Amino acid sequence: MSEDLTYRRPVSTWWWLHKRSYFLFVMRELSSLFVGWLVLYLLLFVRAVFQGEDEYHDFLDRASSGPLLVVNVVAFGFVVLHTVTWFGVTPQAMDLRLRGKKVPKSAVLGAQYVALAVVSGFVYWLVTR
Amino acid sequence: MTDGRIELHVTRYRPDKDTEPGRQEYEVPLREDWTVLDGLNYLKDEVDTTLAFRWSCRMGICGSCGMNVNGEPKLTCATFLSDYAPGPIRVEPLANFPVVRDLVVDLTDFMEKLPTVKPWIIREDDVTEIDGEYLQTPEELDAYKQFSMCINCMLCYAACPVYGLDPDFVGPAAIALAERYDLDSRDHGARERLDVLIEHEGVYGCTFVGECTRVCPKHVDPAGAIQRYKLKAAQQSVKAFLLPALPKGLRQRMDQ
Repeated sequence: MSEDLTYRRPVSTWWWLHKRSYFLFVMRELSSLFVGWLVLYLLLFVRAVFQGEDEYHDFLDRASSGPLLVVNVVAFGFVVLHTVTWFGVTPQAMDLRLRGKKVPKSAVLGAQYVALAVVSGFVYWLVTR
Repeated sequence: MTDGRIELHVTRYRPDKDTEPGRQEYEVPLREDWTVLDGLNYLKDEVDTTLAFRWSCRMGICGSCGMNVNGEPKLTCATFLSDYAPGPIRVEPLANFPVVRDLVVDLTDFMEKLPTVKPWIIREDDVTEIDGEYLQTPEELDAYKQFSMCINCMLCYAACPVYGLDPDFVGPAAIALAERYDLDSRDHGARERLDVLIEHEGVYGCTFVGECTRVCPKHVDPAGAIQRYKLKAAQQSVKAFLLPALPKGLRQRMDQ
């Protein structure tokens, strides 16, 4: 057999900085960590509520401290990115048909935001009633 | 740009001389109706006969002239020089493939992967074309037509960072073609293809970057095909988990 003279180009560690779409994709993947953090933080908050008024107020004091506030603001930004980007790609993944006709992408996209608003409204009502 | 001309910075790799690819700068006439491929053909005919690149139809059908133009996978026969004026234009071999020479890449990997997803009509009966045609309604044709437009130009592989990082990934075009046959009303091979694509290097390798769909010159939407396959694979796994005790024959009938 003859020698393989083809050249295999190495992939740079920084490949995701070469294109805006690659960068956005990596940020979308990274956002999962922040989603995880906020879920954990919410569970800790619920636990503090169940532990009584003192624990609840301690939790609120800690939440308003500088570093934790910064972490949570950044985490919230990533959660928004997570939501918007995943909602954006959902119509592409779903092949919904109604009476044989393909449901338009805008309808799938819109339905997600409506569902988000309804769930958020319900949670708001639950917490403030 | 100097007076009606535009610079092309072309990747050169001569395996008998070079240890790695380098760049060569050329100038070609900047004409309104010239594509990047026209520029390369001008170079080949008038300036440097040693330049190697693939092309054939010049009309976006054969899928031979895919290259990275300013870092984007493009069919060079459909990419106009004037869109990049004043230049320069970087012309490189398609990303993620080994380079054979200059702008020519080795597609063996795809050629070996493609048949593993069985991109042909699989029938369970013994009906042959001699027995007659397989008739389809316009709706049945419409179900898979988009995925049948693939011209194997490999732009999607060049755009896919997953394939770049993990060359074992089956890849966008092959999965889109599997979906094309799965959706064909004449076909009974969905289960056979799923057995291949449910493996780690199959559909689950895809992290839905979506670049394959963006660069596809035929609007095939491989990313959409892969996500739908994931759903199919997940449904299959749930069914197998919930209904393990069903006799094999009955399960096969439910799969169809």
